[in-house]
Amino acid sequence: MRLALLTLALAAAAFAGAAFAADRYIVVQSTTSTQNSGLLDYLLPIFTAKTGIEVRVVAVGTGQAIKNAANGDGDVLLVHAKAAEEKFVAEGFGVKRFDLMYNDFVIVGPPADPAGVEGSTDVVAALQKIAETSAPFASRADDSGTHKAEMKLWKEAGIDPTAASGGWYRETGSGMGQTLNTGIGMGAYVLTDRATWVAFGNKGDYGIAVEGDARLFNQYGVILVNKDKLANVKADLGQAFVDWLISKEGQDAIAGFEVEGQQLFFPNAKGE
Amino acid sequence: MQDFGAAFWLAGELLVSGDETLAEIVVLSLKINAGAVALASAIGMPLGAILAVARFPGRQALVVLVNSLMGLPPVVVGLVVYLMLSNAGPLGVLQLLYTPTAMIVAQTVLVTPIVAALTRQVIEDMDAEYSEQLDSLAVGRLARIGTLLYDARASLVTAVLAGFGRSVAEVGAVIIVGGNINHVTRVMTTAIALETSKGNLALALALGFVLLTIAIVVNGAVGGLRLAMVRDAHA
Amino acid sequence: MLERPITRHGAVSALLPLVVEDLVFEAGGRRLIDGIDLTLEAGRRSVILGPNGSGKSLFLRLIHGLIPPTSGRIAWNGRPPGREVRLSQAMVFQQPVLLRRSVAANIDYALAAHGFDKAARRARTEQMLIEAGLEHLARQPARRLSGGEQQRLALARALAVEPDVLLLDEPTSSLDPHATLRIEMLIARAAQEGVRIVLVTHDIGQARRFADEVVFLHRGRIAEHAPAEVFFDEPGSEAARSFLAGELVL
Repeated sequence: MRLALLTLALAAAAFAGAAFAADRYIVVQSTTSTQNSGLLDYLLPIFTAKTGIEVRVVAVGTGQAIKNAANGDGDVLLVHAKAAEEKFVAEGFGVKRFDLMYNDFVIVGPPADPAGVEGSTDVVAALQKIAETSAPFASRADDSGTHKAEMKLWKEAGIDPTAASGGWYRETGSGMGQTLNTGIGMGAYVLTDRATWVAFGNKGDYGIAVEGDARLFNQYGVILVNKDKLANVKADLGQAFVDWLISKEGQDAIAGFEVEGQQLFFPNAKGE
Repeated sequence: MQDFGAAFWLAGELLVSGDETLAEIVVLSLKINAGAVALASAIGMPLGAILAVARFPGRQALVVLVNSLMGLPPVVVGLVVYLMLSNAGPLGVLQLLYTPTAMIVAQTVLVTPIVAALTRQVIEDMDAEYSEQLDSLAVGRLARIGTLLYDARASLVTAVLAGFGRSVAEVGAVIIVGGNINHVTRVMTTAIALETSKGNLALALALGFVLLTIAIVVNGAVGGLRLAMVRDAHA
Repeated sequence: MLERPITRHGAVSALLPLVVEDLVFEAGGRRLIDGIDLTLEAGRRSVILGPNGSGKSLFLRLIHGLIPPTSGRIAWNGRPPGREVRLSQAMVFQQPVLLRRSVAANIDYALAAHGFDKAARRARTEQMLIEAGLEHLARQPARRLSGGEQQRLALARALAVEPDVLLLDEPTSSLDPHATLRIEMLIARAAQEGVRIVLVTHDIGQARRFADEVVFLHRGRIAEHAPAEVFFDEPGSEAARSFLAGELVL
């Protein structure tokens, strides 16, 4: 059976190829904004060059990242949903949560500005206007950090947008980039983190409509997953990464990351 | 659509320039697909042949099941394999999550029903032709399956190609179990998904063209092999 | 390896006599073989003759054990047809079923199925190719041969395994006279070497050339079973007389 031998040989080759990985690596469960903006591609080589520790990033929504980490499928969690992060630590999955950096959310919209919110610095008022005029709004609706922040803002505005789901309120159930692609395609307003927006390559004729409200603050935290609870965690290597991120060197590196001349993340770790 | 033109040029540039990152992604894609298709063939072909030749109660139900599994949603397969390989799952000790091996496993689950179902059809037709002759030669059950698989080799290439087509185009399963980790588990389809989510539509499309080119090359090469087999084997 | 009742070239075959008792085969509510009783002794060439649809092919398949009868008994020297018995038999079909491999590989395959070891297979394959006049085509894909060559290969494959009994189902019905002659010569030589021949045909001329005895089938029954000279000179049944006279036998 030459055919069988050939297939077996191919399988063996594939498996041999699969086993190339180095031992000194950690898995970071993180959010799409840190990857899509290019921040991690910028930071990680600096850290790896210094420590020899390879960092493998799984970039998903914050909700999924937290679940994956709670399953023990990550050593470090780097996300942006403070309440959920604190719960993660309180339940014993995380060792300790550190503030890492922040940026802010913005609402982007079409030049026609059907809700008349352009230039607004009051995000709650802007959301109310969008709801009143039934202007299309695309939501990620994926339990991500951005989605959680969006729902908090709607609550402050006293509106339950999900009642209009399928009408002017469009729940895409997908990641930031996909929601931007979809929202821009349908002329909808979208709440996005600034970093993803600035680095986004398919802006069309969209621009930032609402920004500068203190309530649009977007805090990122970093947590070492708890080895006592999840035995597979590479605690030493993970700790080294967390320590570096919140050290002066790491914080300076975050501040040094720019896209098109714009600083996208602002380090604010308090140190130890 | 200016994206198309731009994407076309970009694809050409990427291919000509021999971009290292792209080469890495392409090589990993081919390894994972080859591994998955090889495993799926090793499992699916005997399985399909047994379904074609053997007569046992529940056989028809099993045939329906295998045919239905061809339509398995990749995301569901990805999720199931993730839950198995996760550190919280039963196979977590193997430490395979977020590795190319995990991707091969998921792809194998996706491709095996395709290979098995197509093999069953091919072998059933061939058995109709060969059955009495093989009975007359007093060929045993196991040897009969081997004979049918070997003599159907030219037709089975099509089953393998169908499996390759499924695996090479699939993103839903591999992105969940592989994690789309740069330099580790990033393949053509997950890279395309990533660039799309970054809004880099031209680059995403260019990668799509590269993927298509690879598929054409593989299909062409295998198709040539098949022709040679047909020349050797058939009237 | 299986124990083979090797008696080739011997006077007595371990497989004979073939005794068939009250054999019935029904399909789709129709009785296609309708109570056949027959005994075939060793050392003769039997021709099963009859018009199309008389059940000749079915009868051959039944005694070879390829299909199970609806009722009745078949015994090769006391043994029912099955894998064991088939290891001492070979059958050539009307349309040869050749494997999608080379000419030589087709013969080698049959030998391997019958448990011949590698060296024996090589020698025997070469011998059979020469006997069948196919040695120059040994490496050719079997399915690319002409119709006559394909049937010669099927016959060579059948004889390669040294069967005691060779069953032939209209082996030359789709061949031209030249190809037919070469097939008949191969069959005749095998018969001379002691292979028990059972040939199904509707070709009267072929029956005359081959038969020591004739079994004439009509509508699933034996209309006549007689030595060849008796059958051809003084057929005892109406159906056989009509058939030999070239009339349409319904």
